[in-house]
Amino acid sequence: MGSITLEHVNKSFGEVEIIPDISLEIEDGEFVVFVGPSGCGKSTLLRLIAGLEDTTSGHIKLDGEDVTGAPPARRGLAMVFQSYALYPHMSVRDNIAFPLKMAKMPQAEIDKKVEYAARTLNLGSYLDRRPRALSGGQRQRVAIGRAIVREPKAFLFDEPLSNLDAALRVNMRLEITELHQQLKTTMIYVTHDQVEAMTMADRIVVLNAGNVEQFGSPLELYKRPANRFVAGFIGSPKMNFVDGPEAEKHNAHSIGVRPEHFALSTTAGAGQWAGTVNVAEQLGSDTFLHVEVEGLGLMTVRTDGEQTFRHGDKVYLTPAANRIYRFDAAGLALQDKPT
Amino acid sequence: MARNASVQTKVGFTVLAWAVALLLFSPILWTIVTAFKTEAEAIATPPTFLPLTFTLDNFGDVQDRSDYIKHAWNSILVSVGSTLLGLVIAIPAAWSMAFAPTKRTKDILMWMLSTKMMPAVGVLIPIYLIFRDLRLLDTVHGLTIIMTLINLPIIIWMLYTYFKEIPVDILEAARMDGAELWNEIVHVLVPMAIPGIASTLLLNVILAWNEAFWTITLTSGRAGTLTAFISSFSSPQGLFLAKLSAASLLAIAPILLLGWFSQKQLVRGLTFGAVK
Ligand SMILES: Nc1ncnc2c1ncn2[C@@H]1O[C@H](COP(=O)(O)OP(=O)(O)OP(=O)(O)O)[C@@H](O)[C@H]1O
Ligand SMILES: [Mg+2]
Repeated sequence: MGSITLEHVNKSFGEVEIIPDISLEIEDGEFVVFVGPSGCGKSTLLRLIAGLEDTTSGHIKLDGEDVTGAPPARRGLAMVFQSYALYPHMSVRDNIAFPLKMAKMPQAEIDKKVEYAARTLNLGSYLDRRPRALSGGQRQRVAIGRAIVREPKAFLFDEPLSNLDAALRVNMRLEITELHQQLKTTMIYVTHDQVEAMTMADRIVVLNAGNVEQFGSPLELYKRPANRFVAGFIGSPKMNFVDGPEAEKHNAHSIGVRPEHFALSTTAGAGQWAGTVNVAEQLGSDTFLHVEVEGLGLMTVRTDGEQTFRHGDKVYLTPAANRIYRFDAAGLALQDKPT
Repeated sequence: MARNASVQTKVGFTVLAWAVALLLFSPILWTIVTAFKTEAEAIATPPTFLPLTFTLDNFGDVQDRSDYIKHAWNSILVSVGSTLLGLVIAIPAAWSMAFAPTKRTKDILMWMLSTKMMPAVGVLIPIYLIFRDLRLLDTVHGLTIIMTLINLPIIIWMLYTYFKEIPVDILEAARMDGAELWNEIVHVLVPMAIPGIASTLLLNVILAWNEAFWTITLTSGRAGTLTAFISSFSSPQGLFLAKLSAASLLAIAPILLLGWFSQKQLVRGLTFGAVK
C-alpha cells in the first residue's frame, strides 16, 4: 500500500517561502509526475514527502498515517537521486544489500533478494565491482536495484535520467514504466522533460512557483489546460498565444493555438493569417516552421515532413476552429465555446 | 625556447627547495651527529662534523638518568589517546556542522579556532586549580584530557573540511535506505572519509607528541612525556651537550619516522583538504 496525502503543506527556507500551500492526494499504485520550470519547488516537494526536509506547516500522510515528523528512515519510502548517490566504498552487491542490512534482514534472505534484483536489472556480472567502475546507465540500474529490494511503500525519483544520453534515457524510461506495471507500487517522478511526463504519468502535477497549477492525466492537461501557464507548459513545441483584437474576436483576453492545430497553405489568400517563414526546422517526420505572422508576431507551426520550406516563403495559416484555447485576463481558461 | 625556460625554472625551484629543506633540517642533522660524539668533542672548537670517536654511551647515560622508556610510553598514551578521544567527539560535531548547519555554524567554527590563538598561559591558573582539585595533576588520563581539549578545534576543523567534500546526497540516500544517524555515520560517512580521518589522526598525534607547555606544567615524575623528559635535561651539571642531543634524538625519532612514512597523508592534512 502506498497512498500519499499532502494537507496544506507549506515550506519556507528562512524568510523565503518556496511552497505556499499545497494539498494533494496521490492514490496507491499511481505513477505521478511533478513537472514545472527550474526552481519551482519540485525537488523540495519530493524531499518533503521523503522526509529529507521538514515541513514548515501542514501534514503529510502515508496510507492515512501522519508521518509529518517522522525521519526518512521510518517512512519506508525509497528514493533514486539524480546523482545516483551510490555508496562509493561498497561493491554493487553491498550497495543493493544496504537497505536490507539496515532492516536487519537475515543474510541468506538478503543474498536471495540481491541476486533476484541483479537478475531483473541485468547487473549480474557487475555485482562485485565498485560504482566507480560502472557506466552512467549501470549506476542508475544499481540505484534502482537498491530502491526495489526493500519493497518500499512508494518510489521517489528526482530527475533520475537527466545525466544519461538521449538513447539511454529512452531505454530507461521504458524500463521504469515496465517496472511500475510489474510492481504496481506508487511512484512519484520529478522531471522537467515533457516527453517523460506525458509518456510515463498516470497523472501529472504541474507546479509553478511552489503552487499546483493543475493535477490531472496527461491528456486532460493537453486537452483542457486549466490556465495559460499549463497550456504553455504542456505540449512541445509550445502553444502560440495571441492577445488583443484577434483574441477579442473570440471573446477572450488571449487565445492559444498549438503548433499542431494549424491548417497550412502556400496558396495566396487560402488562410486566415498570412505570414513569412523565418526558420524551418526539418526533423524528417515533422517540420516546425517559425512563421512571422503579420500583425500577430512569431508563431510555431507543425507540418508533415513532405514539403520543403525556405526562409522568406509566404504561408497562410488557419487555426482549427474547435482547437482554439481561450483565456481571461487572469490567464484562467474559459471553458464555454466561443460565441 | 619556452620549454627550455620552463625546465630551467623547474631546476631552479628544485635547487631552491632542497636548499631551504637542508637549512631547516640542519639543526636536526647537527643534533643527530652530536648524539654520537663524546662530550669533549661535542663542544670542541673548531667543531667536527662527523664524530671522530663514535660512541653510544650517551644513550645509555640518558636512559639511566631519566628513564626514556617510561616517558616514551607516556607520550604514546597521551598522543594516541587524546587523538582517538578527540575523533570520537569531533566526528559527530563535524557531521552536524557540515551536514546540518545553522546560522551560527560559521561563527562557532571561527570561535573554536580563535581559542587556539589565545596564549595558553591565560588559562594556566584556572586549569591548574581544576586539575589540582580533581586530582588530575601528574596523571596520564588528566594530560590526555587536556590534550584532547586543546587539539579539538583543529580536529573538528579538519574533519569539517573533509566532510564538506562528501556529497550530501549519499548520506541522504543512506537515510532513505533506513539508516538511523548512528548507521549513517558508521557505515557511510566514516568509511568515505577514511583518508581525511587518517590525515587528521596523524597530524594530531604529532601535535600532541610535540606539545610542551601543558605537559611540563601539569606533570612531574609519573606522567611526564618526552617533552618533559627533554626539559629535564635543560638544567645540566657539567658537560651535557652530547647527552642532550642523544635525549633529543630519542624524543623526536619515533615521530620523525612516523612523519616520514606518512608524508603524503600529512601534506593532505596540513593543507586542510585543499590539495586532492
Ligand atoms: N536548502 C535550501 N535553502 C534555501 N533555499 C532553497 C534550499 N533548497 C532549495 N531552495 C530554493 O527553493 C527553490 C526550489 O528549489 P527546488 O530544488 O525544489 O527546485 P526544482 O523545481 O527542483 O528545480 P530544478 O528543476 O532546477 O531541479 C529554489 O529557488 C531554491 O533556490
Ligand atoms: Mg530539482
